[in-house]
Amino acid sequence: MSRARRFRLQVFRIAVFVVMGLFFLVPIGSMFEFSTRGNSATAPRNLDAWLNIVKTPELSEAIIASLELAVITTLAMLVLVLPTMVWVRLRFSGLSRVIEFICLIPLTVPAIALVVGMVPIYRWININVNDSILTLAFAYLILVLPYSYRALDAGLSAIDLKTLSEAARSLGAGWATVMLRVVMPNMSTAILNASLLSVALVLGEYTFANLLAYENLQVAIAYVGLVDAGTSIAVAVASLMFAFVLLLILSYLGRRQAPFAQAAAADYDLAQTVGLSGGVIGRAGR
Amino acid sequence: MTGSNGSEATRAGVEVRLEDLRRTYGTTTALDGLTLTLAPGELVALLGPSGCGKTTALRLLAGLEEANGGRVIIAGKDVTNVPANRRDIGMVFQAYSLFPHMTASQNVEFGLQLHRVDQDERRQRAREVLDLVGLAAHANKFAHQMSGGQQQRVALARALAIRPKVLLLDEPLSALDAKVRSRLRDEIRRVQLEVGITTLFVTHDQEEALAIADRVGVMQAGRLEQLGPPTEIYSRPRTPFVAEFVGLSNRMPGEVKFGGVEVRGTQLPLVQKDVPAGPAVALVRPEAVTIAGDGKSASGPLVGTVIAVAFLGAVSRVTVDLGDITVLAQLPTSAAADHPAGSRVRLTLRPDPVLVETKEATTASA
Repeated sequence: MSRARRFRLQVFRIAVFVVMGLFFLVPIGSMFEFSTRGNSATAPRNLDAWLNIVKTPELSEAIIASLELAVITTLAMLVLVLPTMVWVRLRFSGLSRVIEFICLIPLTVPAIALVVGMVPIYRWININVNDSILTLAFAYLILVLPYSYRALDAGLSAIDLKTLSEAARSLGAGWATVMLRVVMPNMSTAILNASLLSVALVLGEYTFANLLAYENLQVAIAYVGLVDAGTSIAVAVASLMFAFVLLLILSYLGRRQAPFAQAAAADYDLAQTVGLSGGVIGRAGR
Repeated sequence: MTGSNGSEATRAGVEVRLEDLRRTYGTTTALDGLTLTLAPGELVALLGPSGCGKTTALRLLAGLEEANGGRVIIAGKDVTNVPANRRDIGMVFQAYSLFPHMTASQNVEFGLQLHRVDQDERRQRAREVLDLVGLAAHANKFAHQMSGGQQQRVALARALAIRPKVLLLDEPLSALDAKVRSRLRDEIRRVQLEVGITTLFVTHDQEEALAIADRVGVMQAGRLEQLGPPTEIYSRPRTPFVAEFVGLSNRMPGEVKFGGVEVRGTQLPLVQKDVPAGPAVALVRPEAVTIAGDGKSASGPLVGTVIAVAFLGAVSRVTVDLGDITVLAQLPTSAAADHPAGSRVRLTLRPDPVLVETKEATTASA
C-alpha cells in the first residue's frame, strides 16, 4: 500500500469515527443535560432525577427484572441454538437452509404480530404455570433468534468444524467435550457477539412486555416518563451506559481470550450491537 | 479404559480386519464390499482416484461414519457399533486439524487428558512424542505459528500420544508442497516403524503409496482392484485399471494371437489368461520401450520422430511420434542426450508381459 493511500485511508477512518461518535454522543449528551435540569427554568442543576432511579421501587424492580431476563434469554439462546447449529452442520448439512430460514423468520414478522399470536399462549401460561415476568424469556428467545443465529453462523464458518470435531472424537472426546473444549473456545468471539446482541435486545425491548402487560425496564421508563421526564431520561441514559460498558468489558475480555478470532468480524458485529443499543434511545423517548 | 495399561499390546501392533464393508450414499455406492486384513504393525496404503471409496473405508474404520453392512474388527474385537471416541484409534487428517486455541503440547495432551492420564505422565509423554516427530523445540507454539509440515507432524504426535491400536492417515500430505511432502512421508514411515503401529494410509498419490507402504491396495469404484507389495503392484498389475493408474503406460493397438499380443511387429507375452484372439490395446510401460538406434535410413512400424525430451534427473522421458500414435520411452539421461527433438529413431519393445484391453473389457470397465 502506498504512503498516500494509507494516509487517505487514515483520514477516512478518522472522519467516519468522528461522525459516528457525534451521531451517538450528541443525543446521549443532550439526554444527560436534560436529566440534570432543575424543575423550573431558574432552578440550579442537580442529580435529583438520577437519585430517583433508586428511590422509585417500580423502577429498580423493572431494572432487575430486565437484567434477569437478559441473562436467562442469553443462556437459553446459547444452550438451544449453538448445539443445534453444530449438529445441523455436521450431520444434516442439507437442513442448514431450513434452519436459517426458521431462525430468520422473527426478523420478517413485525413484533406486534408476534405478540398478538403469543397473547393466548401467555394467558394460558399465566393461569396454569406462572405469571412471573421471567416467562417473557420465551418470547425474547424468539426475538433474539435471528441476530444470534447470524453471529454464531459467522463464527462457525470461520472454523473447520468437521475436521476439528472429528479430530477431537478420534482422541476420545464425547460430544459434550467436543462442544465445550473444542468448538466453543474457538468461536468465543462469535458467542460473545451473539450474547451481546441478545443482552442489548432484551434490555431495549418495549413492545412485547407492554402488550403482554409486564413491566420491564423500557415499560417502566415509559411510565415514569409520563410523570417525571427527567427521571425517565436518566434511566434511559443509565441503561445505555450500562450496555456500552458491558460491551466494552466483554469485547476486551473476548479479545484477550481469543487472540486468533478475526478482529474484523468482531468490529463489524460491535458496530451492529451499538446500532441496536441506539434503538433504546428512540424507545426511551416515548 | 485404555490409557497406559494397554500400551504394551499397542507397541506390538494389532491385527485389523475389514470384512465385506459396504456404504452407500443415496443411490451411489461408495464402498462395495471391501475386505482387507492388516497384519500387526503393517502399513497398508489405499490408493485410488477421488471417489473410489478409499476415504470412506478409512472413515468406517475410524467410526466417523456408519457402515451399511460388514464388520470392522480391531485386535479380534468387533467394533462395528463402537462410536469413534471409544475405538482407540489415532488419526491424522488431510486438513490442518490442530486445535487453534491450544499450543502444540496442549494439543498432544488433550487426548491424554481424555484418557485420564495424570499430569506428570501427560507432560512426559507429550515431550516424548513431540521429540519423536522432531518438534520438541516447538512445544509452546500455536498452530498459526507453525508451517503446514510442522502442523501435520504435531497432528501425528497427537494421534500417537494416546497409544492407539491403529493409526489412520487420511491424505496427510496433500496440503503440503512437494519437498516437504516427500520428507514428511519418509518421516511418517520412520515413526510408524519405530512405534510398530498398524497403519492405514489413504492417498491418491501413487508415489507416496509405493514409497512407504508394506502393501498397496488399489481401489476403483468402491472395490479393491489389487492388493500387494508396491513392486508387485507396479510390475505385475493385474487389471488394466491398475496398470494405467499406477505408473505411466503407453496404449498401443495390437492383435491378440498365439497366446500373446502382437504390437507393431513385436510379439509380447500376456499377463492375462484366456484373452480371445482379435484386436486389443496393449499397455506398455515407458521403461519397456528403448531406443535401439538411429532411424534415419530405417523404416518400419517402430520408427518415428522424437517430438519432446523431458529431463527427470537420472532418467529422461522421450516422446516419439510413430505416425498414428505417440509413444513414451524412458531411458537413462545419457542415452537420451543422443536423440534430441526432431531426430529419427528406431524403437524396440522389451518382451515383458503386458496387459491388454479388449473391446469387451473396455466397455465392461467403463
